[in-house]
Amino acid sequence: MQPFTTLTGIAAPLPIPNIDTDKIIPARFLKTIKRSGLGKNLFDAMRYRADGSENPDFILNQEPYRKAEILVAGPNFGCGSSREHAPWALLDFGIRCVIAPDFADIFHNNCFKNGILPIKLPQEICDALMEDARLGANARLTVDLERQVVVRPNGEEIHFEIDPFRKHCLLNGLDDIGQTMAYAPKIDAYEAKRRAAEPWAFA
Amino acid sequence: MGEGTAPRTLFDKIWDSHVVERLPDGTCILYIDRHLVHEVTSPQAFEGLRMAGRSVRRPDATFAVADHNVPTSDRSKGIDEPESRIQVETLERNVAEFGVPYFPLMDARQGIVHIVGPEQGISQPGLTIVCGDSHTSTHGALGALAFGIGTSEVEHVLATQTLLQKPAKNMLIDVQGKLPFGCTAKDIILAIIGRIGTAGGTGHVIEYAGEAIRDLDMAGRMTVCNMSIEAGARAGLVAPDEKTFAYLKGRPYAPKGEAWERAVAYWSTLPSDPGARYDTTVTLKADEIVPLVTWGTSPEDVVPITGAVPDPEAETNEARRAAKRRMLDYMALTPGTRMQDVAVDVVFIGSCTNGRIEDLRAAAAVARGRKVADGVRAMVVPGSGLVKRQAEEEGLDRIFREAGFEWREAGCSMCLGMNPDQLKPGQRSASTSNRNFEGRQGPGGRTHLMSPAMAAAAAVTGRLTDVRQLVN
Ligand code: SF4
Repeated sequence: MQPFTTLTGIAAPLPIPNIDTDKIIPARFLKTIKRSGLGKNLFDAMRYRADGSENPDFILNQEPYRKAEILVAGPNFGCGSSREHAPWALLDFGIRCVIAPDFADIFHNNCFKNGILPIKLPQEICDALMEDARLGANARLTVDLERQVVVRPNGEEIHFEIDPFRKHCLLNGLDDIGQTMAYAPKIDAYEAKRRAAEPWAFA
Repeated sequence: MGEGTAPRTLFDKIWDSHVVERLPDGTCILYIDRHLVHEVTSPQAFEGLRMAGRSVRRPDATFAVADHNVPTSDRSKGIDEPESRIQVETLERNVAEFGVPYFPLMDARQGIVHIVGPEQGISQPGLTIVCGDSHTSTHGALGALAFGIGTSEVEHVLATQTLLQKPAKNMLIDVQGKLPFGCTAKDIILAIIGRIGTAGGTGHVIEYAGEAIRDLDMAGRMTVCNMSIEAGARAGLVAPDEKTFAYLKGRPYAPKGEAWERAVAYWSTLPSDPGARYDTTVTLKADEIVPLVTWGTSPEDVVPITGAVPDPEAETNEARRAAKRRMLDYMALTPGTRMQDVAVDVVFIGSCTNGRIEDLRAAAAVARGRKVADGVRAMVVPGSGLVKRQAEEEGLDRIFREAGFEWREAGCSMCLGMNPDQLKPGQRSASTSNRNFEGRQGPGGRTHLMSPAMAAAAAVTGRLTDVRQLVN
């Protein structure tokens, strides 16, 4: 996993509540057996017209947002299915940070596994960042994970909260599995104990 | 009260008994008892194992089935669509390589993963159950802590049989009293989502309780728990009781003999203790519930079938007003239209929400002796091969066929349209599934969610219909 330290980039405004994972990447693109290549179908239904041409009204089809690396979104972003194809599609497009008032749980979790930083900030602050994002190339946001701040174009720093363990993993690009494997003896001991107490659960 | 004796919820008990290790920041290594795997969210996980030279820690606790991509027409000749076929073949190769039990496509036990787990007795009270699929919450109906995970977590569970998790908050939803005539478990959960919203349960595990929940059969409890995710919750739970035990007894993977007695004794200790603390409590009166349908593109957009399309202009919040306008535009509905005047093109009866035998019986009771309305395509897709077989033994397939419904093979089908069962752009469906998102059942498709009986009623009249007018 690519570490996440600081990111300065163009932020795209997407002020729609309840963007679900079917909107992020529709089911018909889930037939891949790979993680890569989903970026071209990110937000497919909003991004393309029925004839397959680009919808010029959609933000990511406009300059400079084609190169957006940050998304400022509405509440309950990522609701719906557990498909990790949603963060894979964001990542493949080039988005490494999503800022929203809140996120659906599974999507939130999935972001961290892929080096994407989801930042939860109060609605008023998201509204202000949404305004910043509308300024396009003149308004890059900086996200500094170490210091837990988003820096607005006017220099104002906004603090955000993040789980310390997740921060550590993101900063260092750590793979969860390797870390958990270090606890193998504890897992063995737990299994032995449970197997004795609840043998049917291991039958 | 001292440590260990403080009253605990059902969720607390299952959680506590599965913590392998608590890390300094409160993250827990949580042991996973059952891992269900399907073809869409697993290929990258198996690939990850292969690349890291890892194996599956407990193949005996892992069960695989293909459901999302599979055709629901004759399958004896395999899968036509190349990408779907590759995904199913990849699963078959992976389960063979890693020694994971698999219910093949032509096996009667094949079906939607969340129908198969309970049906086989794989899902049991007090277990932790995960699957790379958000509707894993279904299995909570048996009193198991069951939740959906992403593909990286699928790989984590395959490799370590654990997950890194923080405890959820406890929410109690108390559904008091008796459900009125014509209403079902689907109406209960739609009413709940309409009340608390699609983010209402975020960060919580919901325990459903109260007379109306106790009164539900296991199928109904599964319908309710299934849509916990549409309420934003991580999982849904119903305390195990005699109905749960009766349902499980004798199922292929359920404990047998002396182990059964011990298991039941343990399961009986699981219900929440009196005085257990919930972070959030919501109360609903079952007798106020009416048959519901959705009008918009979020499962919280519910309205009584006797009601009308709401007016976005009545919404005070600007963003929500804009969202509702957009929804009505997508759904091609105008404010004030009576829901019962909305004509449908397609009726879909099936999915992990409502694809069990009880659901098919309820739909057949409405379809019996009637005909699918002209111009309507109505399809019944059993949740598993065994549900299909049971329905055929009961003659339900004949009732459906005579009424003009298609009778199909088991799978996810039009719930998400990864196989050829899709809405065409602009088509409107009455669907027993769980998501009415834009494009969910096919690009440009318009979905109204409802119970199986209500969907059957829509099939025979050709428009959204109050089922209470058709049955007595
Ligand atoms: S039936 Fe629908 S909701 Fe259930 S597992 Fe299949 S696609 Fe998901």
